[in-house]
Amino acid sequence: MADAHKLEIFRGLVKFKSNTQKIWGVLIFLTIVTVIEVVLGIYKPEVLMGQVLGMKALNWIFIILTIVKAYYITWDFMHMRDEVKALRRMVVWTAIFLICYLIFILLQEGGYIESVYSSGFIKRDF
Amino acid sequence: MDTTVANTGTEGKTWGGGNQPLKSSYGKMMMWFFIVSDALTFSGFLAAYGFSRFKFIGSWPIADEVFTHVPFFHGNYPMIYVAFMTFVLIMSSVTMVLAVDAGHHMKKTKVTWYMFLTIIGGLIFVGSQAWEWGTFIKGEYGAVQTNGGNILQFGKYETVDGNAVFKRVAVSDIAIDAHGERVEHERKNGLWFVDESALPAYTVDEVYNGLKANSDVLVRTQIINDEGEKTVLSREESLNQIKNNGKLVVQGANLQVNEYGTSLFADFFFFITGFHGFHVFSGVVINIIIFFNVILGTYERRGSYEMVEKVGLYWHFVDLVWVFVFTFFYLV
Repeated sequence: MADAHKLEIFRGLVKFKSNTQKIWGVLIFLTIVTVIEVVLGIYKPEVLMGQVLGMKALNWIFIILTIVKAYYITWDFMHMRDEVKALRRMVVWTAIFLICYLIFILLQEGGYIESVYSSGFIKRDF
Repeated sequence: MDTTVANTGTEGKTWGGGNQPLKSSYGKMMMWFFIVSDALTFSGFLAAYGFSRFKFIGSWPIADEVFTHVPFFHGNYPMIYVAFMTFVLIMSSVTMVLAVDAGHHMKKTKVTWYMFLTIIGGLIFVGSQAWEWGTFIKGEYGAVQTNGGNILQFGKYETVDGNAVFKRVAVSDIAIDAHGERVEHERKNGLWFVDESALPAYTVDEVYNGLKANSDVLVRTQIINDEGEKTVLSREESLNQIKNNGKLVVQGANLQVNEYGTSLFADFFFFITGFHGFHVFSGVVINIIIFFNVILGTYERRGSYEMVEKVGLYWHFVDLVWVFVFTFFYLV
């Protein structure tokens, strides 16, 4: 029955012999990512403090690493990799679309209010 | 897919989940849809946190200065404990997925042990979160809140390895106690239907006198400067701020006041980590129920451990949410 699991991660770069082995492999990967995050969070290297797209480069790295972790938790621990395409797309794209929409709306509005606070009462006179 | 076979008496019943258009059982599919909706709830909270943070981007508390404690150790260890908590939760996710895997192979003893370890991991996590809350509520240095609701903290420059480093000073270390100014209003000595919460340990006047007496202590505001640090005021400005704007001495954090900075930070912290902790707690309870079902042999008789897989999905989701909470509360 274990044959039903897809045992490749990193697009086939690493292939495990059994599902159990894959689980431990993914754990090691997630641990490495978490350690990188914590070390960067404690030392905050000066190089990464520059602004990229309105946020510190370091923060972008944290967000990207988080999404990487989320991907492997969903795909390997929750076995999304083994589900049919239709179920996977229904769950993942619905969530991603709505979450992106929500984040865009709220952060845009928050930034606007901040700019009203910091640079005057009327920001855009329509 | 034959890994998800479950004979639960629903075969052929369309509305009982007999059909499997997505090759996944009714229960599992519904668990996925529940997870999607719960994920949206959490993203609503986190996006609201992002909204408030962007609104007060120039004065938001710096997480590294707030969460610096490790149980049984003194000193300043930012992030270490929360990294440990993250690892515990990921580890319990691993034991959960191992339990699911053992279930596919119908190995009852292995499922039992892995479920047990998962429950232990969940309990360690909830306990750690309770400790973290306790530390946050108790506070460390204390601060003075201004009329406008801003927070003024205290500290002084000390030389560490030849560099001047701003070290925090606790309110209780500088305040000069002037006894008997104001007595807490209790029901028994005033209007019986009115009482008030415990008075702060110090009044603003006592703190001001203490600040005057300690010539090296300075006030630090919430405003973040260009170097990404909180602004430290000069000596005269420090005295003026406390004298003119100081209103209340706060110690620790709750839903009204927060010694670390804007009270919104504490509100969101309690709300989001609390909601997540509630999920962990209910996950532990559900895991315990399934654990006993496994021991009693319910799934052995049913011929499938799919139920373990379904609660496994929920448990992994709790881990997934924590990964995001960790990033947005502690790292970014």
